[in-house]
Amino acid sequence: MSICAEKIALIDYGAGNLHSVYNALKAAGAHSVEVTHDAHYIAAADRIILPGVGAFGACKDALFAIDGMIDALEQSVRGGAIPFLGICVGMQLLADTGVEHGMHKGLGWIKGNVRAFDPSETIKIPHMGWNEIRLSKHHPLAGNGLLLSGEAYFLHGYKFDALDESDIIARTHHGGTVTAAVGKDNILGVQFHPEKSQHYGISFLARFLQWRP
Amino acid sequence: MSVRIRVIPCLDVADGRVVKGVNFVDLVDAGDPVEQAKAYDRAGADELCFLDITASHEDRATILDVVRRTAEVCFMPLTVGGGVRSVEDARALLLAGADKVAINSAAVSNPQVIADIAEKFGSQCVVASVDAKRWSEDDANSGDANSATSGKWEIYIHGGRKPTGIDALEHAHTMERLGAGELLVTSMDRDGTKAGFDLELTRTIADNVAIPVIASGGVGHVDDLVRGVTQGHASAVLAASIFHFGEASIADAHDALRNAGLPARCSIN
Repeated sequence: MSICAEKIALIDYGAGNLHSVYNALKAAGAHSVEVTHDAHYIAAADRIILPGVGAFGACKDALFAIDGMIDALEQSVRGGAIPFLGICVGMQLLADTGVEHGMHKGLGWIKGNVRAFDPSETIKIPHMGWNEIRLSKHHPLAGNGLLLSGEAYFLHGYKFDALDESDIIARTHHGGTVTAAVGKDNILGVQFHPEKSQHYGISFLARFLQWRP
Repeated sequence: MSVRIRVIPCLDVADGRVVKGVNFVDLVDAGDPVEQAKAYDRAGADELCFLDITASHEDRATILDVVRRTAEVCFMPLTVGGGVRSVEDARALLLAGADKVAINSAAVSNPQVIADIAEKFGSQCVVASVDAKRWSEDDANSGDANSATSGKWEIYIHGGRKPTGIDALEHAHTMERLGAGELLVTSMDRDGTKAGFDLELTRTIADNVAIPVIASGGVGHVDDLVRGVTQGHASAVLAASIFHFGEASIADAHDALRNAGLPARCSIN
């Protein structure tokens, strides 16, 4: 199917940056982007994007509260191998658990936990600004050109600790190593904000739109 | 390398038009904030800041339209300040496409608004303005470390016109505690002087909070930006006129930071 005909679902669960992601997808060449919380639409979509800003628990609660949403995601993404992209908190929700304002269960699609940065005199929290994207040597999605090395815009106070090193596509550095991107089969998550990363981010989204996992 | 020092051009906008001009030569309409935002986006600015200095509250719709049109074509973080008094004001700006809102006077008259916006939309979108002036006029430019009032600053509101009697460091702590994600620290003594940031002010606040500090007010040269980080300990530097009047480009700023051994973006990527 051509990119023009694809139905792209941008999940609306109250996260604040939907329009930025929508605008960036349009700039990246997407034709049919639906901002939606309709589980039926999501079940029928050709690509699914889960954006996110805000707290892990609040985002998780809002997402899980939508009627039929988790079933639709499980079927399409895990069952149907539809390309999926989680952004920032949308990536963090892929983890088993998050400990921002209490302990919360995530989707559990990528093994790992989301936790606060270790307190330090030398770094500021949140991790805010442009930082390096350093690709893992062995991850297939780092080798296929989907994600490139470069600089991207980060904005987060909690970080994703992946249990399985082989799920990490890219890392950055802020008071220690920080997971910048994770991936497994048709599931992709980026901690940075492609919609705020100028050419680097838009070209990444353009490649995601062409991605055939 | 670590997280890059952010270089943030700031545009004063009134009634939907940029107040101070920019001398980018390729602009179709140099008074249109959207055109200028696009130019800064192309130039590789790390973030952009709009300060809405429209006097009347009725004109809020105009800045919302500017933000909406900017967000359609610019893919970098956008902070909008000026006249944000409530959760509703913040929501309207964020929905229009702003990534962060800067809150100034309202954070003094009603500090709870910081907590309310942070709780609703996350700390990452709350920038608390700290507009500060040295307690004694005489000390403003002398930098006399032995003076009794050295190291003390007072918070001003209403665009720097109204003193509040509030200590700047104490206010910074309050803002952090209430959930601000970063602080925009502007020296009222230096603003518009081109004499460089008030480095002691910047450093005093940056060293005492865990959240990032943006240094603002007084930049006359790219070396001032460097000093804002090396001596002021800021995480980001904001300037208006040196960029608008073409005295320095964003690339010049990045180069100066990098030449000083600081992390800065190395190319327009």
